[in-house]
Amino acid sequence: MENTVVSATNFNAWFGDNHVVKDVTINIEKNQCVAVMGPSGCGKTTFLRCINRMHELIPGATAKGSMKLYSDEIYTMNPIYVRYKIGMVFQRPNPFPNLSIYDNVIAGYKLNGLKVPKADLDNIVQKSLTSAALWNEVKDSLHKKGTFLSGGQQQRLCIARAIAMEPEVILFDEPTSALDPISTSSVEQLFHELKEKYTLIIVTHNMQQAARVSDKTAFFYVGELVEFDDTKQMFTAPSDVRTQNYITGRFS
Amino acid sequence: MDARIGIRNTKSILFKSFIIFLAFVVTLPLIIVLLYIIKQGVMQVNWHFLTHVPAPEGEKGGGIANALVGSLLIVGMSSLVAIPVGILAGIYLSENPGTKLAYYSGLCVDILQGVPSIVMGIVVYFWIVKPFGFSAISGSIALAIMMLPIVIRSTEQTLLLLPPSLKEAALSLGVPYHRVILKVIVPCGFAGILSGIILSIARIIGETAPLLFTALGSNYLSTNVTGAMESLPHLIFTYATSPYDDQHDLAWGASFILLMFVLILNIVTKLITRKWKIQL
Amino acid sequence: MDKNKRLDLSYSQMKWETIFKRILSVMSAIIVIVVAGVLITLVVESWPSIKSLGIGYLWGKVWDPVNNIYGAYPFLIGTLLTSFTALIISIPFSYAIAIYLGEYNPKGWLSDLLKNTIELIAAVPSIIYGFWALFVLVPVVRSLETKIHVAPYGVGVFTASLVLAVMIIPYAAALGTSLIRMVPSPLKEGAYALGATRFEVIRSVILPYTRSGLFAGILLSLGRALGETMAVTVLIGNTSAIANTFKDIFFGPGNTMASVIANEFAEADHALYLSALIELGLVLFFVTVIINLIGKRIITRYTNN
Repeated sequence: MENTVVSATNFNAWFGDNHVVKDVTINIEKNQCVAVMGPSGCGKTTFLRCINRMHELIPGATAKGSMKLYSDEIYTMNPIYVRYKIGMVFQRPNPFPNLSIYDNVIAGYKLNGLKVPKADLDNIVQKSLTSAALWNEVKDSLHKKGTFLSGGQQQRLCIARAIAMEPEVILFDEPTSALDPISTSSVEQLFHELKEKYTLIIVTHNMQQAARVSDKTAFFYVGELVEFDDTKQMFTAPSDVRTQNYITGRFS
Repeated sequence: MDARIGIRNTKSILFKSFIIFLAFVVTLPLIIVLLYIIKQGVMQVNWHFLTHVPAPEGEKGGGIANALVGSLLIVGMSSLVAIPVGILAGIYLSENPGTKLAYYSGLCVDILQGVPSIVMGIVVYFWIVKPFGFSAISGSIALAIMMLPIVIRSTEQTLLLLPPSLKEAALSLGVPYHRVILKVIVPCGFAGILSGIILSIARIIGETAPLLFTALGSNYLSTNVTGAMESLPHLIFTYATSPYDDQHDLAWGASFILLMFVLILNIVTKLITRKWKIQL
Repeated sequence: MDKNKRLDLSYSQMKWETIFKRILSVMSAIIVIVVAGVLITLVVESWPSIKSLGIGYLWGKVWDPVNNIYGAYPFLIGTLLTSFTALIISIPFSYAIAIYLGEYNPKGWLSDLLKNTIELIAAVPSIIYGFWALFVLVPVVRSLETKIHVAPYGVGVFTASLVLAVMIIPYAAALGTSLIRMVPSPLKEGAYALGATRFEVIRSVILPYTRSGLFAGILLSLGRALGETMAVTVLIGNTSAIANTFKDIFFGPGNTMASVIANEFAEADHALYLSALIELGLVLFFVTVIINLIGKRIITRYTNN
């Protein structure tokens, strides 16, 4: 198990009295692309937000159980440090409207007040934008505001912003649900390249997307992790009847 | 039948004309006041007027330099107090809706908004003037308290309109809370907050009642903020009610200057809100 | 960037996070403290008056500081009379503006122009209205008073009310405008579909629908009128004696709670005198706060529905 990056053991999360993640145990291995799917309200997004401790920022939200990054217990670590190590990309592209494209990429450094030499920053910006397949499109307009880009470009900018912090893991919360089909495919393309360097955890309600991009798939249903297996296995021969019902479209 | 429809239509048209008449007639008093002040005041204003203190009673000439400097100093000091407190309190209210403190604080902002300015004047008199004597500072405190509700509410409203995804994006990068607020949230809501600040300055620069028993007034050009100080509205009040024509002239000139300040500040606010499409 | 440096930084940031959150709470608490302080100061400083004059102070008809007799009745009457006269004059205009900007012409340059002009009415400092009226309006009123055979003071309750009326129009007008714009169009279209004229739609759909909100606007205007000080102080004539006939009270000089404080606070030379003035401030505080809070409450209830 030395390949495990993120591991949850008997992990639970609540919104007030509402038990939304129930006793989840899962091990996610390095350089894999894991899709988390399930009907809406199944706790998949909450689980994702527990991994980088974004869940606890909502008033009344609590979590209990073990969640580890390598061998370190995430919930005893400094949350700010956790978020350095575990990046996140959201449902809707959310570049900072007050910052240029350049500054958006290094926002993690800039906003944290981390002092980095200009040459290094230039380097980080180019590398991150290249990894996010955006460099060629924006290299001549780095100092324009990020909000001038198209939706798909904005989302890739947000990915570049996460990459720039050199995280171990990147969390994606339905990253393409607000994008058009062409932008969606360009982002999906990226996943294949990104997983060579990072571990990706992608929440999606789109089964085809899960099938296309992931190595392993976790299926959540009313707060429980029903099944976690190789994506191929899961989509061809699911072991649980609930998974089967979901995949065959009995409920959504 | 046709006749009845005709009557109803006529009624409708008459009503509309009546409404339009009433609505536009309201602008008349404002226009008359503005034109009159401009007519009376603009002749007074020249370099001498702006750079000299009022001449002794019964003498011609002099200016309003003491009131001009005093107003700027007093309002400047008020802003220094009210802007940071107001913005931070506004941030608290927008960030923590539903807490007990937010409820009571919001209630008190509503209360402050309704407190008559004269009441603010007598309260600050007991707080500061009674122990320390008349001073520009005491006037500034009174005005700062009157600025607060406007700054707080405009900050709160502006920040509530920002999408929560912005905050999440910053937090997910490991940016600590205070930096998220100060480097992302506040800059994104900058225009709204700024227009609230300018509006609040426009509101207090003409306030007289809170200054009557605090900054008091003075015939001399003074920059000593721990002593009594003249201000534009206070000078207008004292000279408007005096029997000397020369003093009336000074008051007209001061009214003109004050009016210009208020007009410019209001227009700037309008331009900002229009440019960034803010609803205040 | 090595791991340790980032870790150290994140810990110092955590400390600042806590400090910052505390600062925010403190700033928010300051507002509560200020309001509590205002209330406490007013109560403490008016206590001598409350104790020795009792509740009868409020309807004592004589205010004679020289002989140490204090009755607030003249100022209550003066305040209520000026405020309500101003309110009654202003209501048709506020409603007309609200209906025009809300229903007849909600968009376009003319609408914007009128809206900005009305807002400007509230922006002009009250002392400027007072000063202007003292030199322009007072002579006009004086000649009018000669014509209708009342003592031609020029200054007085009536003059103050006229100016006050103009000053408070924007408050009710602005609120009314935004509320009328919020009337759901299906409601209006329903009435139009039945063949109603525009006037009928306004009378039987829009006004009933916005009634409570428009009332709240009137309360906000009233709150302004009650506390308005400078214009009134300059124009009301400052007499604490009450005339015998209503006509003389209405056209003659008087005093409001705010104007008597403005005029006499600085010269109040003994403790009870000062305290009696502050009690007026306390009453004014309570009345305006209650009126404003009721107005705000109605608005929140209205806009939430």
